[in-house]
Amino acid sequence: MFSIIVGLIVAVILIILNIVLQKVSFPKEGRILAIIVIMTGYIYWGFEPYAHHEMHPHVADATYTFDGKADVEALKEAGADTAETEAFWAKAVEAASLSGNVAAGKELVAANCTGCHSITSEGFPELMSDADAAASYGVTPPDLSIAGKIYDKNFLAAVIMDPVKAMHIEHKYPVGGDKVFPMPASDWMAPQEIADMVAYLASAASKVPAVETKEGASEFEISKAQNKQVFEAACVRCHPMSYAGIEAKTPADIMSAYIGATPPDLSQHIRSRGDHYLHNFINDPQRKLPGTGMPRVGLTQEAEKQVVEYMTQIGDSKKQEREELGPKVLIYLVILAIFALLWKKQIWRDLH
Amino acid sequence: MAEFEKANSVGEWFDQRLNTSGFWRVMMTEYWIPKNINFLWAMGALLAMLFTLLLVTGIFLLMYYKPDVNMAFDSVNYTIMQEVAYGWLFRNVHGVGASVVFLVIYIHMFTAIYYGSYKKGREMIWLSGMLLFVTFSAEGFSGYMLPWGQMSYWAAYVITEIFGGIPFIGDELVIWIRGNFYVADATLTRFFMLHVLLIPMAILGAIVFHFYTLRFPHVNNEEGEFFDYKEESEKYLAGKKAESKVIAFWPDFLSKDFMVISIFMIFFFYLVFYHNAFAMDPVNFDKADGMKTPAHIYPEWYFLWSYEVLRGFFFDIAGISGKSLGLMAFGFAQGIFMVLPWLDRSPMVKPANQRPIFKYWFWLLMADLFVLTIFGKLPPTGANAWVGFFSSITFLGLFIALPFLTKIEAKMVGGK
Repeated sequence: MFSIIVGLIVAVILIILNIVLQKVSFPKEGRILAIIVIMTGYIYWGFEPYAHHEMHPHVADATYTFDGKADVEALKEAGADTAETEAFWAKAVEAASLSGNVAAGKELVAANCTGCHSITSEGFPELMSDADAAASYGVTPPDLSIAGKIYDKNFLAAVIMDPVKAMHIEHKYPVGGDKVFPMPASDWMAPQEIADMVAYLASAASKVPAVETKEGASEFEISKAQNKQVFEAACVRCHPMSYAGIEAKTPADIMSAYIGATPPDLSQHIRSRGDHYLHNFINDPQRKLPGTGMPRVGLTQEAEKQVVEYMTQIGDSKKQEREELGPKVLIYLVILAIFALLWKKQIWRDLH
Repeated sequence: MAEFEKANSVGEWFDQRLNTSGFWRVMMTEYWIPKNINFLWAMGALLAMLFTLLLVTGIFLLMYYKPDVNMAFDSVNYTIMQEVAYGWLFRNVHGVGASVVFLVIYIHMFTAIYYGSYKKGREMIWLSGMLLFVTFSAEGFSGYMLPWGQMSYWAAYVITEIFGGIPFIGDELVIWIRGNFYVADATLTRFFMLHVLLIPMAILGAIVFHFYTLRFPHVNNEEGEFFDYKEESEKYLAGKKAESKVIAFWPDFLSKDFMVISIFMIFFFYLVFYHNAFAMDPVNFDKADGMKTPAHIYPEWYFLWSYEVLRGFFFDIAGISGKSLGLMAFGFAQGIFMVLPWLDRSPMVKPANQRPIFKYWFWLLMADLFVLTIFGKLPPTGANAWVGFFSSITFLGLFIALPFLTKIEAKMVGGK
């Protein structure tokens, strides 16, 4: 309906414009051009931005604080009880705010995490191949070498306490349901213990050396390699990306049993979803696609930026070339148009 | 055979054998165009330019494209877009060109309707132009299938399904068109053939024919004035160019065309480099998957108005199913523009704003097409469905009323 009202306004503008331009004896061709430009603009607005707005309602923008406020809001809207969720996030935020002891954290991590998770940079190796790990646990557990860098502190604390709540996938693993999430909750831990583990993970991540690139690598190559490291840690457990030669660490059939769908190949997602959607989606998939099996990943703003940048570098690899060539072509065409205009004027001088 | 003198130049050598100077004179320097025209008269040359761009980029794309359901998507989005030197540029020009060519076709077509350039001897120009519209539409539809993305697949599914509504032969016809019971490899390969061979050949032929039809009735002018071309061209040739009502195709007319094309190309290449998503739908960057229906299926913008006429009838009327009514209305919409010269029974050849009744008809039609186009993309639910219904009815009503309205107009203006 809104589009019809806009259409009527456009029509009124056209009529007034036409009358005014006629009164000031504006050249007729200019008037025709104005009418065509306005009509084309209106129809473009209708089938692109307006239709897009109607088909994809706006959702709240991504936030990177991971304090559970959005979850509480969503529960309130649904009329559900929020007390448990509020308490859970309050504890996670509290734990993340404490100053942790790295040495104590290392002991806790060694005792509680490395049975399944590798931290290769710290000398905790992978105990099985990816496929075997997937078959044993139901999904390949992530290596935690850079977890302390790419995941938000609040989120890490929340994941240790209860991964299902932190990752916002309660609908896939309801309390008392037949499916049990592979990683157990540790909400019995004291906030200080959680803080120690988070501190250890952060310290371990800070010791991981920068990604090595070939000597003389371009800026593009260097940033691509750095982004790839984050992408592989954050996404590749589940998603393949064939255009980068990346296979998912968890085999597709196990993945399908794990979340009830096969996660898509991400090669062209920068084109099919666009970066705005991707940021919103990765930050909390439930917001854009309620019911999806994809968990909230808890990436920091910086890490998420790197992930989306990598998807651009693979999925739209000629972006830079396109943006460099564009101005040159347009400048050439402007010069051509000037000459064309002068030539036409010369030819038509005799005709009037 | 006549005796040939030895030629003094290459030009003369060809002239002796092919009469190139005579040909040039007839086709170019003494092919007369009215002087009283505006830039809308350059849309034809602009279309020729855009078609050339599509043809050339299409040839390059054809060198790497693989018409196979397992390879098509990656051959476009990986090989062409990321590996081949400037493959992305060829594809962007081709994709944006396909969309923009329809914008210009519509401007060209509604210019003809506005100025009454389809009647009093110009019927064949109109018919050959509509033939081009139909062949371009087929070319656009078949080409859209080739990247084998989600929208390629589902648009092909929905549009081929339409033929299933034709009585008696519908179901068999759908299978015959698809080459399979569902949209499959056989569908892709046959639409590939249509897109790169049969339809382009038909288009080339139709373009030549369209030029030919212009030759005798001559191009219309801004005031719909009829004058003696022989007399006016003699004035021109005698050097009284300013006095004459005609100009030569070359260099006069084409210099203006070239100017309009050059300016338009700035806009066109801006779209190619910086704003191409409108022509290359994001949904189509997901590989075709017959098991996963996209949330919204819609055609490209230039088919939206007729798509909306098709789905405007969403309920049964007098025992006829909504689907059949929609199909009938759709068929009507596809064919009705063809017979426009015979629906307009007013003898006036004037711009619409000088015609007492036609001007209202023209702008109502434009408004209705805008509504149809915009609502053609929106989900047909709630009030949207009713807007679709009433704008479809309006479309049909406008064309049914046209002969009567123009008959009244003919009486009002007394045969002028």
